[in-house]
Amino acid sequence: MSKVVAVTGNEAVANALRQINPDVCAAYPITPQTDLMQRFASFVSDGLVDTEMILVESEHSAMSACVGAAAGGGRAVTATSGPGLALMWEILFVASGMRLPILMPVVNRSLSAPLNIHGDHSDAMGARDSGWIQLWSENAQEAYDNTVQALLIAEHMDIRLPIMVCMDGFIISHSIERVEYLDDDVVKNFVGSYKPLNPLLDIKHPKSIGPLILPDLYLEYKRMQHEAMSKVKDVVLQTAESFQKISGRKYGLFETYRLDDAEIAIVILNSAAGTTKDVIDIYRNKGIKVGLLKPRLFRPFPYEEVGEALKHLKAICVLDRADSFGAFGPLYTEIVSSIYLTKSQPIVINKIYGLGGRDYMPEHAKIVIEELIDIINTGKVRLYKDYLGVRE
Amino acid sequence: MKLKGWKELTPGAVILEAGNSAEFKTGSWRAYRPIWIKENCIQCLFCWLYCPDMAIIVKDGKREEFNYDYCKGCGICALECPGKKGNKAIKMEEEGN
Repeated sequence: MSKVVAVTGNEAVANALRQINPDVCAAYPITPQTDLMQRFASFVSDGLVDTEMILVESEHSAMSACVGAAAGGGRAVTATSGPGLALMWEILFVASGMRLPILMPVVNRSLSAPLNIHGDHSDAMGARDSGWIQLWSENAQEAYDNTVQALLIAEHMDIRLPIMVCMDGFIISHSIERVEYLDDDVVKNFVGSYKPLNPLLDIKHPKSIGPLILPDLYLEYKRMQHEAMSKVKDVVLQTAESFQKISGRKYGLFETYRLDDAEIAIVILNSAAGTTKDVIDIYRNKGIKVGLLKPRLFRPFPYEEVGEALKHLKAICVLDRADSFGAFGPLYTEIVSSIYLTKSQPIVINKIYGLGGRDYMPEHAKIVIEELIDIINTGKVRLYKDYLGVRE
Repeated sequence: MKLKGWKELTPGAVILEAGNSAEFKTGSWRAYRPIWIKENCIQCLFCWLYCPDMAIIVKDGKREEFNYDYCKGCGICALECPGKKGNKAIKMEEEGN
C-alpha cells in the first residue's frame, strides 16, 4: 500500500534514495540541496541503508568519488545545486564518457555572480551537453517518482549513462506538499539489484579504465555515446509503463495540458508549469484555446515527439528559467528545432523569467497569453526574446 | 592495423585485455638512441631498474641489448649508469646520424 505524506521535495527525494539503498553516496553540502543529503546522511547513521557515505571536500571530489565507486562496480549517488554542479563540470563528462550510471538529484539553483541561492535552471542547463540524461520534475511527487525511475533508465544495458533528476530549488525542495510514497519493498523490487558492466573489482578479469584516446578513436567513442543517448527515449517510456503499474501514475517524455485543440501554447519546465495550468483554465473558461507543454526528458531531447505535439499551433511562447546572454534561452532553441522538423511554421517567441528565484505569478502567465492572442490577431511580433516581469 | 568503427568499441573506453601496453610500440617517439657499450657494463641493472618502460631486456640476471620497440630515448639509463672506472656503459646518440 502506498502512503500519503506531507513532505518537502528534498525529503521526498531523500526518501526515494533510502528506498533505493545505493552502495555509495559521496556528497558535499550546498543550498538548497544540503537538506536532501543531510536527511540521507541521517538514514546512513541510523542504519536504515547499507550505503557507504563519503563526506568529501568539494563537489568536484563528490563526483570523482562517485566515478570511482561506479567504476569499481557499485551503485553510486550524489546530489547538488547551482555552483556545486558547476564545480562538478569536469567530472560530469568523465562520468558520462566512462558510461557510469550515477544518479544525481539536482536541486536547481542560480549561478553567481551576483551571489544568489534561489531557484532557476542555469545550473542544469549549463550541464545539458555533458552527456547526462536529464529528467525534470514539476513538484515533489514528480521528483520522487523520477528518482525511483531514474536508475532503471541509467542502468539499462543499452544505455549505461549517468542521470540527473531536476527540481526547483526552494519552490519545490523546501515547500511541503502532498506526496504518495511507494512501499519500500515495491521500490526495492522495481529498482532491482545492480548489475555492473566491466567493474574494476572483478579482479579475475583485470582491466584498465580511463585511457588516453587520441584523435584516431575519440570521435568513434563520442559517436557511440550519442547512440546510447538516442536509445534513452524508448527506455524512458518502457520504464514509465512499468512505473505506472506499481504507482498508477502516468509519465511520458513530456506532459501536455489542454494542448490537442489549442491555437496558442506555453512551453515551460518544472514548477512554473503548475501555475501556468491554473491560468490556462481561466482562459479556457473564456473560450480562448490555450494549452501547455512541459518537457520531462530534456536530455536527450525528443524532437520528433515534441514537434508533432506543437505543429498545429499558431503561436507559442517558450519560457526559459535560464538565460544564454546574447542568444535565445536553451529550451527555446530546442522547441524551434522540434517544430522546424515538422515543416510547420507557428510563431515562436521566447521569454526569460524567474531568474534567481524571482516568483512566477499567475499574472506573468496572463501577460504571456495576452501577447500570444495579440500575435495571432495581428500577425506581428514585438520581440522574439524578451524578459518577463523585469523592472525598467 | 585496421582501426575499429564506433560499433566495435567497448562502452566507456574500458580496456578489457590486461597487459596490452606491450602491443603499443613507442620506439618511434625517440629522438636520441641509447647505445650499450658492453665492455664498460658492470651488470648493476640500474638501467633496467630506472627504465620507465620495458626497453632493457634482462636474461638470467644480466642485461642484453636494448629493445628499441619500447625505448623513447628519455636518457634516464645513460644518466644513472655508473659505468666502469668512470667510463659510461650507455651513451646517447642522435637518431638519424
